[in-house]
Amino acid sequence: MANSETNTMKELGMSQEYQYGFHDDVKPTFKSRKGLDEEVINQMCDIKGEPDWMRQYRLDAYKIFKQKPMTRWGGDLTQLDFDDIYYYVKASDRSERSWDDVPDDIKNTFDRLGIPEAERKFLAGVGAQYDSEVVYHNIVEELEKIGVIFLDTDTAVKEYPDLVKKYFGTIIPSADNQFAALNSAAWSGGSFVYVPPGVKVEYPLQAYFRINSENMGQFERTLIIADEGSQVHYVEGCTAPTFSSQSLHSAVVEIVCMKGSRVRYTTIQNWANNVYNLVTKRAFAYEDAQMEWVDGNLGSKLTMKYPSVYMMEPGARGDILSIAFASKGQHQDAGAKVYHCAPHTTSQITSKSISKDGGRSSYRGWVDVAKGAKGCKSHVVCDALILDKDSRSDTYPVIEIGENDTNIEHEARVSKIGEEQLFYLMSRGLSEEEASTMIVNGFIEPLVKELPMEYAVEMNRLIQLQMEGSVG
Amino acid sequence: MSRDLVIKDLHISVQEKPIIKGLNLTVKQGEIHALMGPNGSGKSTLANSLMGHPLYDIDSGEVIFNGIDILELEPNERAKLGLFLAFQYPTAIPGVSMANFLRLAVSAVRAKDGNGSGNDELIPMREFRRELRAKMKQLGIDDSFARRYLNDGFSGGEKKRAEILQLAMLEPQIAILDETDSGLDIDAIRVVGESVSQLIGPELGVLIITHYPRLLDYIRPQFVHILLDGQIVESGGWELTQMLEAEGYDPIREKHDITEE
Ligand SMILES: Nc1ncnc2c1ncn2[C@@H]1O[C@H](COP(=O)(O)OP(=O)(O)OP(=O)(O)O)[C@@H](O)[C@H]1O
Ligand SMILES: [Mg+2]
Repeated sequence: MANSETNTMKELGMSQEYQYGFHDDVKPTFKSRKGLDEEVINQMCDIKGEPDWMRQYRLDAYKIFKQKPMTRWGGDLTQLDFDDIYYYVKASDRSERSWDDVPDDIKNTFDRLGIPEAERKFLAGVGAQYDSEVVYHNIVEELEKIGVIFLDTDTAVKEYPDLVKKYFGTIIPSADNQFAALNSAAWSGGSFVYVPPGVKVEYPLQAYFRINSENMGQFERTLIIADEGSQVHYVEGCTAPTFSSQSLHSAVVEIVCMKGSRVRYTTIQNWANNVYNLVTKRAFAYEDAQMEWVDGNLGSKLTMKYPSVYMMEPGARGDILSIAFASKGQHQDAGAKVYHCAPHTTSQITSKSISKDGGRSSYRGWVDVAKGAKGCKSHVVCDALILDKDSRSDTYPVIEIGENDTNIEHEARVSKIGEEQLFYLMSRGLSEEEASTMIVNGFIEPLVKELPMEYAVEMNRLIQLQMEGSVG
Repeated sequence: MSRDLVIKDLHISVQEKPIIKGLNLTVKQGEIHALMGPNGSGKSTLANSLMGHPLYDIDSGEVIFNGIDILELEPNERAKLGLFLAFQYPTAIPGVSMANFLRLAVSAVRAKDGNGSGNDELIPMREFRRELRAKMKQLGIDDSFARRYLNDGFSGGEKKRAEILQLAMLEPQIAILDETDSGLDIDAIRVVGESVSQLIGPELGVLIITHYPRLLDYIRPQFVHILLDGQIVESGGWELTQMLEAEGYDPIREKHDITEE
């Protein structure tokens, strides 16, 4: 494949460059020029060998993107320059980076997190991932036996065009918002998952295994379809700081939960602190289906992310559990949105934020109950923990109720690490840092205990790392 | 080296208001002292200050423990030296399990000289579990306690028992028990009293702050002190508790010319 792509590039007379100028990297690779326009999109489609419908989809989305004004709510986006961004970098570039080129502080972080060697290299975008590829292929084989499709979205477009075409962009249309439009025009990578009726996938599907593809791109596009009565848990991200030379990450995640299905989507992300992380995540839950978002956000310069669930038919349920950790120079604008479009639907939003060293976290929530959607229940809990007086936390809840027969509760609490709590723990021999780390870990425990074991352990270690040197 | 706790002419104030006004007291390893005094006389102020609570200002005086003045030390450094306070009002730490907390605390205290992240020298899980289970059994505490969040939603009695469990696990040389009996029903007082008396030995010195002699039935103090107007005005033996029980604090106030505040 690499060869034919190289040929395509030659035929197109496009420039090849040696990515990042690594001398040990001899494979030709491709990177589009900065900025996005129709020509760049066409190049991308040519190289990927995409079908016409997808090319058209991208071009249409691009038109919408051009028309959309700059987003003015949420965080400060004034520093974001759309023309100063590479929109398409072929993934193999990244895999040719050598371990020696990974900055020391990133390596140190991996060491301290105790991340296994194989995973480390992957996280740093290094090297041939033979072991992990084998793991991935084994998993895919196992899944195929029960009819589950688990591919990167680029491959899915080629191998399952009808299925992809049927759902792609139906949950989040290009016109939904500026960043959805941008992603629809420029997307690459992401996961495609289809679970057939009645199939329950026993173990979490981890994006981490799917690493031989264009993973962790800037404009990932994920589509998960859980057919009737099926069950699946998808896990993305990792707790190590994501090493990236790109400053804009704008993913779109669409999920279809058909009748009686159950989907959980877990994200733990820790972006480098130059990154704008602007993500649109949405699920449609049909009759008696249940959608759960578990979303952990650390790092980045600005994160704007509000996973949402549209409860389309009676008995649907949406649960959103999110946590944000805002440290120095960071703004976490995170939250959740639930739309009760049908009667007897239930939602629960639990949002926890921690602000430290002048960091800012905001909760932005939306609870919507449509007219006639009787007997709906929604419960929102927002807890903010502020670690010092320079840090900040705000909540922006919106509740739109078109129906009287509903039960909506909203609780918000802001707390500081109490002197009494610190004193109590310190009187038992814990240093101030250990004590405050323990209090913070306790604060996020309701989320952490929902995570797969290895993520929970990493999450706690990560908090410990974030807390290091924060006192004294 | 002597592990005695020696308090010399200690003056403490809270928000500019003097509470302890020249207090002298020595508690030696292996000794049991009771400290009694009316509400608001400053017993908890003393206890918290000895442990290093940041809210209390030490105006003057010395507190020598392990041969060094500990007044400049952080609470955790005092704990590592072997000082322990069972709180009158233990604080809840939601989301932190008793077991996780205790493992870190025990590791920190046993690695006396280590000052950094105790995580690197955590005592092995199996060893810790075995010890915790044994001590919980000894104190009649249910196994499920280990998984519960620290003092979160504990009943008054459960909190006090959790304090005694921590005392048992941390094995200090000097322990201060601040009204560990208050809020307990009669059976619970017996359980706590018996538990503490099990822990008592030549290695442990105890300062028991209490209002009632009932706890002292289980833990007989050799010395009884009465705190009034910021000072220890009477020291004696068991007979003092009997006198207080019979006559209250008024005769002592009169004797020392202290008017009620
Ligand atoms: N944190 C505080 N803030 C303000 N005042 C305080 C504080 N702690 C203690 N005080 C004051 O100091 C005095 C002594 O209080 P302390 O709690 O030491 O008494 P105590 O002898 O332990 O009483 P009790 O028997 O009721 O427990 C009281 O007047 C109290 O109001
Ligand atoms: Mg008191």
